[in-house]
Amino acid sequence: MSHYSGQLINLLAAVLLLLSFAMLGQRRILSLINLFMAQGAVLCASTATVALVTGQKHLYWSALITLVLKVLLLPWILHRLIRRLNVKWDIETLFNIPTTMLIGIVLVIFSFNLALPISELAGTVSRSTVGIAMASVMLSFLMMITRSKAVPQVIGFLAMENGLFFAATSATYGMPMVVELGIALDVLVGMVILGVFFFQIREQFDSLDIRHLEQLKED
Amino acid sequence: MNLTTILLQFFALILAPVLAPLLTGWINQCRAWLQNRSAPPLLQPYYQLGKLFEKEVVLAHNASGVFRAAPYFIFAAMVLAATIIPTLSTDLPFGPAADAIALVGIFALARVFIALAGMDVGTSFGTLGARREMLVGFLAEPALLMSIFTASLISHSTSLSTIVDTLGHREFVIYPSLAFAGVAFTMVSLAENARIPVDNPTTHLELTMIHEAMILEYSGRHLALIEWAAALKMYAYSCLGLALFFPWGVPQDVTLSNLSLALAGLLFKLAIGGALLALIETLSAKMRIFRAPEFLGTAFMLAVLGMLVHLLLETGK
Amino acid sequence: MEFFLVLGFPLLGGMVLALTGHTRRAAEYNAFFSLCTLIAASVLTLHIVNHGPQMFFEEQFLVDPLNVFLVALTALVGFTTSLFSRPYMRIEHDRGHLSVGRLRLYHSMFQMFMFTMMLALTTNNMGILWVAMEAATLTTVLLVSLYRTTASLEAAWKYFILCGVGIAQALFGTILLYFAAEKLLGHEGGALLWSHLNAVKGSLEPTVMSLAFVFLLVGYGTKVGLVPLHNWLPDAHAEGPTPVSAVLSGLLLNVALYAVVRCKVLADGALHSNLAGLLMMGFGLVSVVVAAFFLSRQKDIKRMFAYSSIEHMGIVTFAFGMGGPVASFGGLLHMTVHSLTKSAIFFAVGHATQKSGTQLMEHIRGLIKLSPTVGWGLMLGTLAILGMPPFGVFASEFLILTTAMKQQPWATPFLLIALGVAFAAIFGKVQPMVFGESSLPRLPHKPAMLPVFLHLALVLLLGLWIPPYLAGWYQQAARFIG
Repeated sequence: MSHYSGQLINLLAAVLLLLSFAMLGQRRILSLINLFMAQGAVLCASTATVALVTGQKHLYWSALITLVLKVLLLPWILHRLIRRLNVKWDIETLFNIPTTMLIGIVLVIFSFNLALPISELAGTVSRSTVGIAMASVMLSFLMMITRSKAVPQVIGFLAMENGLFFAATSATYGMPMVVELGIALDVLVGMVILGVFFFQIREQFDSLDIRHLEQLKED
Repeated sequence: MNLTTILLQFFALILAPVLAPLLTGWINQCRAWLQNRSAPPLLQPYYQLGKLFEKEVVLAHNASGVFRAAPYFIFAAMVLAATIIPTLSTDLPFGPAADAIALVGIFALARVFIALAGMDVGTSFGTLGARREMLVGFLAEPALLMSIFTASLISHSTSLSTIVDTLGHREFVIYPSLAFAGVAFTMVSLAENARIPVDNPTTHLELTMIHEAMILEYSGRHLALIEWAAALKMYAYSCLGLALFFPWGVPQDVTLSNLSLALAGLLFKLAIGGALLALIETLSAKMRIFRAPEFLGTAFMLAVLGMLVHLLLETGK
Repeated sequence: MEFFLVLGFPLLGGMVLALTGHTRRAAEYNAFFSLCTLIAASVLTLHIVNHGPQMFFEEQFLVDPLNVFLVALTALVGFTTSLFSRPYMRIEHDRGHLSVGRLRLYHSMFQMFMFTMMLALTTNNMGILWVAMEAATLTTVLLVSLYRTTASLEAAWKYFILCGVGIAQALFGTILLYFAAEKLLGHEGGALLWSHLNAVKGSLEPTVMSLAFVFLLVGYGTKVGLVPLHNWLPDAHAEGPTPVSAVLSGLLLNVALYAVVRCKVLADGALHSNLAGLLMMGFGLVSVVVAAFFLSRQKDIKRMFAYSSIEHMGIVTFAFGMGGPVASFGGLLHMTVHSLTKSAIFFAVGHATQKSGTQLMEHIRGLIKLSPTVGWGLMLGTLAILGMPPFGVFASEFLILTTAMKQQPWATPFLLIALGVAFAAIFGKVQPMVFGESSLPRLPHKPAMLPVFLHLALVLLLGLWIPPYLAGWYQQAARFIG
């Protein structure tokens, strides 16, 4: 049982990484949101698997929170946002996609290397997933850097949170419940604030292109 | 090595050229069904080959020996490739020759010949096609090698027989890395066999064609051989994919019952694979030729990721 | 009891002001809640003075020598800022910069910001510390963008994204910390409690801990404003309302640095090497030098003092990085005096910019004629922050510099050059602003200068004589920072 669940978590980890790459290469905002949703679903599944293996009750709750927040609520908010802001157009990236992908591979190698000593120490079922979690955090980070529109940047930010949550659940069997609740609350509040922000940015600049936001700098 | 295995090897050698057009016919039929067209007969490729063999060969005035010899080389290379991939048994006389790198080398040899032949007559389309073919090949080969290496890392060997042995006759384990490599391999196969979304085998549109552009000058039995070789290539790639990612059902020792089971399994897997290929082709749209590097770059990246995932997740178990 | 009041008053204030923040007396309510918090913090401090370090609520909260003086300091600066912001925000409102609704947002978020900082300071749980830091980011994002101008929106966006990314690194560090700890402490709760971690820090896995510390340092270091993660800081300070700049510089940076120090204690115990110290020294020194050279290029007065904050945070980080009782003592003292001085300066700057109607330094002239108290306040504050004796900043910088000469002689020239450059840059710019000629009319508003001179008096006091119990805390805290 635990043998197969370990393999299942590994598989989910690999899918998570694949989704991170897909997000990095995705040009359409709508598909980006769907990919984010899929990532949330993978996260939820892996948390539930860990809960099943270890029998820790609070992980079921955390899977439930993930489901509600990351698969249902946040994508819904994002869908509403882009509908009301009318930003369905293709995303312009600062680099072309293949270059970004290559940088992404380098980042993955880097984070796997970084995580290798940790993986050897981990005693959990899903011992090697720290590296994958770290890699997807780095990839989301890269996505935030390379995108020039505000909405994809925020999706990158949320995807980074996904990677972190994955690290928390799969490598350590979940943080204490109170911490997870706090993190979820912060993410939600942050999202709401950002939603308000989008409208104000568009009102001020007539666009959500954050390249307009480059007036404040050292001269 | 005994007489049975030699006979069996001989059987595989015959089987590949015989089955290959059938696979092409099957894919065409599935495609037609999926696109709501009335399907051509399953045996249509055989009729076409037969018709082409009866026709007279028309050669350009300035065609050299390379142009005439190329179809035979290409056909021979593809038959060899299709034969050494373990499909019926892993214990065959050609088994030791079935090395993944050698296989990629054979494919590359065929590619060189077809590109040379394309340029030989000196028409602009032939040169254009050859250039595009080399571009695609240049990008596809590393990705192909990488995805094969992922499988060979798991079984610690580049010999295809050993890979099939290890993966097929061991306790079932989920390998996430193989999933990555499998996706990458599928993408490479699409590009290498001139399928949608990289090339479209059914049109002769000068802006986009790759494979068809190189063989425009061929006719008669030469064209028949090249078409047959293309079908064989498709077959070889399918068998390679099955051997790497779905190796179950290939027996180690050779008995008659084993063999018939293996043959039935092979046909079944090929039928499924062909249907899936038709599905992919129906669902995707032909991309601009300049997007092909991006497509193959993604394939390469996936293959590398598969390897990395293997190194991180699956070592030391 | 008084402990929960320290957290409860700001929280209650945030809620009450969310409902009543638009009324005419909102500023008074704000000051009232801040005063209550200050009283509760003073009582708590007295309690800790008499009874030593304490834990509350099933060990979820910890008050020890390291954070008790920060709690008191935060409450004090919060209170004086609320006094300063009363006339300041009223003028902004009268001039039409802020609507009534924005004032409500401001007052409510000010109290919520105080709450998140108090929570971050007192929690014993490293996870809650992260949550509180993130919540502090969220509240201050709203405060920075209060004016809703293009510049303030840009500043707030930059602040949110940069600190969001930074704080995510810190979360990863926290996860790694938990990963290292759960093997020793088990799953049930205790593995993220700092006091438990501190008890077993010697046997935490060194490889994981070194990685965790790097992530935590980068993460919380972004909020401290360490170079090269400092980009948000000058923008956020310059574009937000001045009371917000004062609490950002005076308090938030301290709280973030406090988080780094807590992590350093654990990392030092686990690593048996000086990795954490070296990293902090490196980041600190780079911040000091880079900020000093950026100072001379500034045109906006609030931006300039924001860079000065980066410089001083760099000094403190360097001091903690060096370690040892004297350097840590100097670092703690510097945290205190910098917080007091910098907020005083921002109060004075706030009045000065309101009187001159601009933040550009070349247009601010003759403050001493416009309003002598503002002019003198800015001048004295500047002298204090530049480390002139007999102010407290001199004492702490002197301690840190002499320790650096002894322990890390290679770093001393950099520090001295940076301090010299900073002195020349700031003094050269402030002097004409205060003493130059001005043709502007004197404005009728009476400035609220009490907080400025109160802070400066405290800084002067700390420069001349440190009360023995305060010195005792510093020594105790410095001992376990190591």
